[in-house]
Amino acid sequence: MTQYIVLSAILFTIGCVGVLTRRNAIVVFMCVELMLNACNLAFVAFARQHGNLDGQITAFFVMVVAAAEVVIGLAIIMTIFRTRRSASVDDASLLKY
Amino acid sequence: MTFWILAPIMVAAALGILFVRKAVHAALLLAVVMISLAFLYAVLDAPFLFAVQIIVYTGAILMLFLFVMMLIGVDAADSVVETIRGQRVMAVVLGLAFGTVLVLGISQVTFGVVVGLDEANAGGNVPAIANILFSRYVFAFEATSALLITAALGAMVLAHRERLTPKAGQAELAAQRMRDYAEHGKHLGPLPSPGVYARHNAVDTPALLPDGTAAESSVSRVLAARGTVRSAPALADDIDDVRRQLAGLEGHSDPAAMPETSGKAGAPASTEEDVDKHVDKDVDK
Repeated sequence: MTQYIVLSAILFTIGCVGVLTRRNAIVVFMCVELMLNACNLAFVAFARQHGNLDGQITAFFVMVVAAAEVVIGLAIIMTIFRTRRSASVDDASLLKY
Repeated sequence: MTFWILAPIMVAAALGILFVRKAVHAALLLAVVMISLAFLYAVLDAPFLFAVQIIVYTGAILMLFLFVMMLIGVDAADSVVETIRGQRVMAVVLGLAFGTVLVLGISQVTFGVVVGLDEANAGGNVPAIANILFSRYVFAFEATSALLITAALGAMVLAHRERLTPKAGQAELAAQRMRDYAEHGKHLGPLPSPGVYARHNAVDTPALLPDGTAAESSVSRVLAARGTVRSAPALADDIDDVRRQLAGLEGHSDPAAMPETSGKAGAPASTEEDVDKHVDKDVDK
């Protein structure tokens, strides 16, 4: 049981570091997906621990929300790329000034 | 057992996402993580989530990532320039600290006896999930449908581009073609088709002009830029070789019985501008 939660924590940390270090917006987005997946693993593991299916239902909802989020996020990345010709998160800094 | 095989693979693939330069490689490594995760779900008595993980995550979401990558350039690599000084180092240090605290904290917790899902899954995992989903979580489920519709609409609004100039119809295009012919003498008809040979008739084989040279406008400019266009005169030489061999086998040569080998491409060569216009039109579409 513990090992699943530890693996989930490790994957979450890796996703976290990825979001902070990578510059390509798509890779940043993939790291967010990695974090969501790590959380799902914890949910499913805890569902087995407690012997009810609420954790699996939550993981299912997380997947649905992740799908919607990916659609919108990638559409935003596409729009930014169309106007600025770059997928780097550092280039979208117009609101800074 | 499955866990101890899959866990190192997953951690290695996840670390790979941090270090690979190209976004496509990161996507493939993420696919490895997600499929391994699906197997862990199967081990954890969640066959429904196993299927959903593979279908939705690996099948749909990751393919969406790859599609967008194809649209905005596969080769787009990360920039190495740091906009905030020392951000990378700080991020790695903080990440390591966060991970250590998390792992140490979790390893000191006692979770107690694992209840297991045998009782909850007694009538099958999918019916059990459906029972809960459509009773206790039915409002969340309805909210999800609203979310999905909003997401679809939002994606359409974001991806939509207003047409700035009216679309040219067939009549306008024909008039424009005639004007080009009258003013610049541009060829009126379509571009010549690629060459058809005994052993090759693909789009990468240029047609032969009457003088035996290749008609450059008969192959796509993209293929020419990639350098994957076959040499038409060489193909014609191949045919000559075969003819010579056949003549040698039969002991006598009968040119009249042999098919014509070259110089069949009678289409007049169009100018390079024609190709330009053609390609531009395609891009505009």
